[in-house]
Amino acid sequence: MFSLARVFAIAHKEVLHLRRDRLTGGMIAGIPIIMTLLFGYAINQDVRHLRAAFLDLANTSGSRALVMDAQATQVVDIVARAKSDADMLAMLRRGDISVGIFIPPDFERRLADKTEPVAQLMVDGGDPIVLSAARGLMDLRIGIDKRDAAQQVHTFALRAFYNPERRSVVFIVPGLTGVILTLTMVLFTAIAIVRERERGNLELLITTPVQSLELMVGKILPYILIGYIQVSIILALGVWLFNVPVKGSLWDFYLAVGFFVTSTLTLGLMISTFAASQFQAFQMTFMTFLPQLLLSGYMFPFEGMPKAAQWIAEVFPLTHFLRIVRGIILRGAELGEMWHHMWPLAVFFAVMMSLAVLRFRKRLD
Amino acid sequence: MAEPAVTTHGLTRRFGNLTAVDHVDLTIPKACVYGFLGPNGSGKSTTIRMFCGLLKPTEGHAEVLGLRVPEDAEKLRTRIGYMTQRFSLYEDLSVVENLDFLDRVYRLPRSSRKSRIDNQLERFHLDDRRDQLAGTMSGGQKQRLALACATLHSPELLFLDEPTSAVDPESRREFWEFLFEMVDQGTTILVSTHFMDEAERCHQLAILDEGRLVAEGAPDTLKDNLGATVVEVAGDDSRAIHRRLMTLDAVYSASQLGTRLHVLVDPGVSAPEELIDAELKRAGLPATIRRVSPNLEDVFVMATLD
Ligand SMILES: Nc1ncnc2c1ncn2[C@@H]1O[C@H](COP(=O)(O)OP(=O)(O)OP(=O)(O)O)[C@@H](O)[C@H]1O
Ligand SMILES: [Mg+2]
Repeated sequence: MFSLARVFAIAHKEVLHLRRDRLTGGMIAGIPIIMTLLFGYAINQDVRHLRAAFLDLANTSGSRALVMDAQATQVVDIVARAKSDADMLAMLRRGDISVGIFIPPDFERRLADKTEPVAQLMVDGGDPIVLSAARGLMDLRIGIDKRDAAQQVHTFALRAFYNPERRSVVFIVPGLTGVILTLTMVLFTAIAIVRERERGNLELLITTPVQSLELMVGKILPYILIGYIQVSIILALGVWLFNVPVKGSLWDFYLAVGFFVTSTLTLGLMISTFAASQFQAFQMTFMTFLPQLLLSGYMFPFEGMPKAAQWIAEVFPLTHFLRIVRGIILRGAELGEMWHHMWPLAVFFAVMMSLAVLRFRKRLD
Repeated sequence: MAEPAVTTHGLTRRFGNLTAVDHVDLTIPKACVYGFLGPNGSGKSTTIRMFCGLLKPTEGHAEVLGLRVPEDAEKLRTRIGYMTQRFSLYEDLSVVENLDFLDRVYRLPRSSRKSRIDNQLERFHLDDRRDQLAGTMSGGQKQRLALACATLHSPELLFLDEPTSAVDPESRREFWEFLFEMVDQGTTILVSTHFMDEAERCHQLAILDEGRLVAEGAPDTLKDNLGATVVEVAGDDSRAIHRRLMTLDAVYSASQLGTRLHVLVDPGVSAPEELIDAELKRAGLPATIRRVSPNLEDVFVMATLD
């Protein structure tokens, strides 16, 4: 007979463990804060403030304006003025600068001819991100070229929907809720059961009338709450520090989080039925985390991946949650429109839970 | 005495090539303290785990309280109590929290929960430790808590795996008083040990060696039916004495017990003291020799002789 009283007894005991365990307690708040700050600030794909030098051999009002325009984009920061060709190359080689702006003596003639580029960008091509940022700068040439026809330039400017400033942090933070939870939820539950095995508590626990299902449900209950706490921390940081706009309904978002958290927790339960020690549980958690991180569409665009990788990724809760959360937060979608991403989470939960309960034997052999 | 608490037939458990329990046939009567005596690795814990349904027998079978294990183990859960060899309560939970958790897991009546727990605390002298974390308690306190937890749901049958290994003699005596009290109330207790003095107190005893049951019976019966005469020899060079005596055909074994040797001699020899005396004189090894009544150690040595 399935007993809710026993489920709550297990859940209550788990909460007591958490209260006594400073490390895990710290990780509940620490991991989301640190990861959000890291991803938000450091892993910012908008490259700005590249150190740059210029060599202006034309020295006309037009050429000086070009340098000012480049500075105004904030993509580059002019930190030096090169004395010669060789001087600029040396700075580039030493790594003092990432970009060199070279303006040839015949700048004004090239500007009038409109047949060849007016100036040259010398870039440290070893860094693909710098290279692509500099490519963006090449458009600046057009700005000079069509100084009088500013209207037309605007017409061709890229207009990005949902993230007009093209700030990648807006794209990163909502997804980060899913990524962080995929790591912490799986790790916490896997360890919560393996710890009992490692410390010898399991031998006592399985001699009591507790059933596998009661144990599994009781173990994940407290972590659902912790999942909500972590998601709230990440979202709050995203809104306050990075101005992430929340377009859709928070209720929808939190409901989706509930689906996601419960399904991803069962992966932790599954791992706990395999792992013999907490260390093994750690290893297995990372083994399941990395493919999810790489294939879910968080790191690389889903469409660009090979078909086989896409099929694998469809299994992961993170893949579906990312679509839901980006839909709700960034595009203001309603949960009702996202049903086709919700049921895979429910299926994942049902399958993993059943497997974990079946695999967990109340035996030592 | 009606139906026995536990019966086994050819109970065997292997781990790979190692046979931890080897064709054991046992009957454990109800309402007694039944002892498992055996050295390290003799299969005591493995046998108890099979009784609790935690390990599946490789061969043979066991019935506990009339139920087959491990098949019907779930039906047994509320009727048996198990105190593991290694402390298995939650070290980061307090004494009361541990008891409260088990009380809820066993789904004991909620209305009497508080009085039941208080009662256990008092009975096992833990009232002043209510809120101490279990992990910070001394060996003897942990053992009392473990027993309090194992008996919280008043099981009919209690398995205690080396319960007194971390306990001083005084607490051990007290511990045994608890056990006899429970037996008086009708509980059956199976206790494993490698202490001879503890084995001595059991009503019935099974002696295990390398997984085999080598002797079974009441301690006194086992000693009476030893099948050897015991002669105690004390001398300066006990190793030389040992070597010399082992050359005699009538001597089954000579084992060191403290500073003395316990020599087991063929009961057919009418005057074993003289035989030994003459032999040691010939070898020029002075010793005091005296006939003693057998103890359980002798029973164990005799049983494991081959
Ligand atoms: N899970 C296991 N895997 C492999 N071998 C095991 C396992 N459990 C027990 N054994 C082996 O089975 C034998 C019996 O072990 P058991 O724990 O039953 O002995 P014991 O009589 O309880 O000894 P002790 O007095 O040291 O507790 C030992 O040789 C042990 O190494
Ligand atoms: Mg043992």
